[in-house]
Amino acid sequence: MIGLFSYLVFFLIIASVFAIVCLGLNLQWGYTGLFNIGVAGFFAVGAYSYAILAGPHHAARLGSFGVPFLPALALSMVAAGLAALLVGFPTLRLRDDYLAIATIGIASSIQLVATNERWLTGGTQGARNIVQPLAGAFSSPLRYNLFFLAMMVAFVAVVYLALERMVNSPWGRVLMAIREDETAASSLGKNAFAYRLQSFVIGSMIIGLGGALYASFITFISPEDFLPVLTFQVWAMLIVGGSGNNRGAIIGAVLIWGLWTGSGSLAQMVLPADLQVKGGAIQIVLIGLVLMVVLIFRPRGLFGSRKALIGHGATVPE
Amino acid sequence: MLAQLLANGIILGATLALGAIGLTLTYNVLNFANFAHGSLLSWGAYLAFAFALAFAGSTATGFGPLSFGWPLLFALILSATLTSVLAIVVDFLVFRPLRRSNVQVALVIASFGASLMLRNLIIVIWGPEPKYYTSDIQIQQAILPGVRATPDQMFVVVLALVLVVVLHLFLTRTRLGKAMRAIADNPVLAEVSGVNVRNVIYWTWVVGGSLAAAGGVFYGLTVQILPEMGFNLLLPLFAAAILGGIGSIYGAVLGGFVIGIASDLSVAVISPGYKPAVAFIIMILVLLLRPSGILGEKK
Repeated sequence: MIGLFSYLVFFLIIASVFAIVCLGLNLQWGYTGLFNIGVAGFFAVGAYSYAILAGPHHAARLGSFGVPFLPALALSMVAAGLAALLVGFPTLRLRDDYLAIATIGIASSIQLVATNERWLTGGTQGARNIVQPLAGAFSSPLRYNLFFLAMMVAFVAVVYLALERMVNSPWGRVLMAIREDETAASSLGKNAFAYRLQSFVIGSMIIGLGGALYASFITFISPEDFLPVLTFQVWAMLIVGGSGNNRGAIIGAVLIWGLWTGSGSLAQMVLPADLQVKGGAIQIVLIGLVLMVVLIFRPRGLFGSRKALIGHGATVPE
Repeated sequence: MLAQLLANGIILGATLALGAIGLTLTYNVLNFANFAHGSLLSWGAYLAFAFALAFAGSTATGFGPLSFGWPLLFALILSATLTSVLAIVVDFLVFRPLRRSNVQVALVIASFGASLMLRNLIIVIWGPEPKYYTSDIQIQQAILPGVRATPDQMFVVVLALVLVVVLHLFLTRTRLGKAMRAIADNPVLAEVSGVNVRNVIYWTWVVGGSLAAAGGVFYGLTVQILPEMGFNLLLPLFAAAILGGIGSIYGAVLGGFVIGIASDLSVAVISPGYKPAVAFIIMILVLLLRPSGILGEKK
């Protein structure tokens, strides 16, 4: 019983990391219509920045700065924001899909840096012994995880409330105006590029926050944690939950993470050891099917706003 | 040493050029960035692998110095056909409903999802280990002073150029080819001029799918066959299409060779670990300096 309970706590901590990432993506896609297919890259920047800043002294790689928890999180967000600025600046003036292509590029380049620069990231061996906040202050791992879960819930709430305020402010209304009709928004004197860039950078900072929190909980990260499948999971969460709705983003994160871990445990129980790799592949196909079915039959997702749906691409005759 | 790197780049460029043509065609005719295109290359390579395995029992021997004979060429033709069918099926099941429901923006996400699904279906069917069309080891021969290549590598470059010429004749001399260019230029005008748009969309997938299959087989012949090969080629393919100018078929060919050569030449200056990032850096520079590409039209 205790085993199941501690598993549930662990599950919810990871799900709330995803909820934060999904909220960041929702600002970009749901409210501004920006395709970020490099979620894993910005997540990785946040995670590695935290590992380097908050890490203890480490002979093999950079990181003996000993920055306290909250400032380290804030600086990790800044690092993810800078990465976003780097891709957003050349691409946000161009066609929508160029941003998508460029974000795939930055995600794989970040992956290359993580793999090749051992002095910075630990390379394929990964970064170990990342500092946990308040480590050692609790008598058992379960109590620590309960504390961490409470902290994660608080982080999700803060991000959620901040985003709700932002998207319901005049600033947020301009974002949605640009999403719906860029020409109309521009003719009202709104600089679409500047708003897009702001939304993209802030969204990526939130994704970076998710990465930093993930690193601080798991204490070990390696390039394998930041594969494109992570981006795919977050997108599935957002689409299923409903883009353009922050509550939908949170619920989608919990649902899809539940489906993912559930199908993973099932595959582990059912499949023999030599077919485990194929089990992971089947999981991805399964999530892909859910994503396609929702996209085609219920494009609003479970809670999405109807208004988030109007396409701004040119139409193809059918 | 530089000459050798240049030759390696041309061989990689042959794969990229064929893949980028399909990407730029679907981008132009269907108006979306198809992230599943890389997976068509993987599927082309694996289908040809399956057919080549099925024909392996035949007594045919290799052509002269090449590592393969008729079985692989037949396998390539069958694979090109089936890859085209696969592209049309994906279009029918996923992209067409989305085009209809006025959610164009979701097409990119759907194609990204389709790409991961197609890649993982390969793992389910064939497993994650690399595959090879032949277990023979080919010896590199000196073809020019300081340049060595295997007969297979030379074959790949020559056949890629032949395919480009055939495609050029198809687009300029046949009715269907002209219709394809017309839709790419101006879909509405093409439709009122009596072009059967639906038909042309099918043929766009056939051309794109067949060339992707050929590109995948070429990559499999010169490197190896892996489930993630198509996904890893996606970025160089997009870089090639954007560098050439989206919609420009000749631009895609040029872009493919430029990206291939630049990636391999980069090894002379930077760590080979960063070779895959070269395409990305070139793409960002093109987007900053000349977003319409070398041969693209300014919009």
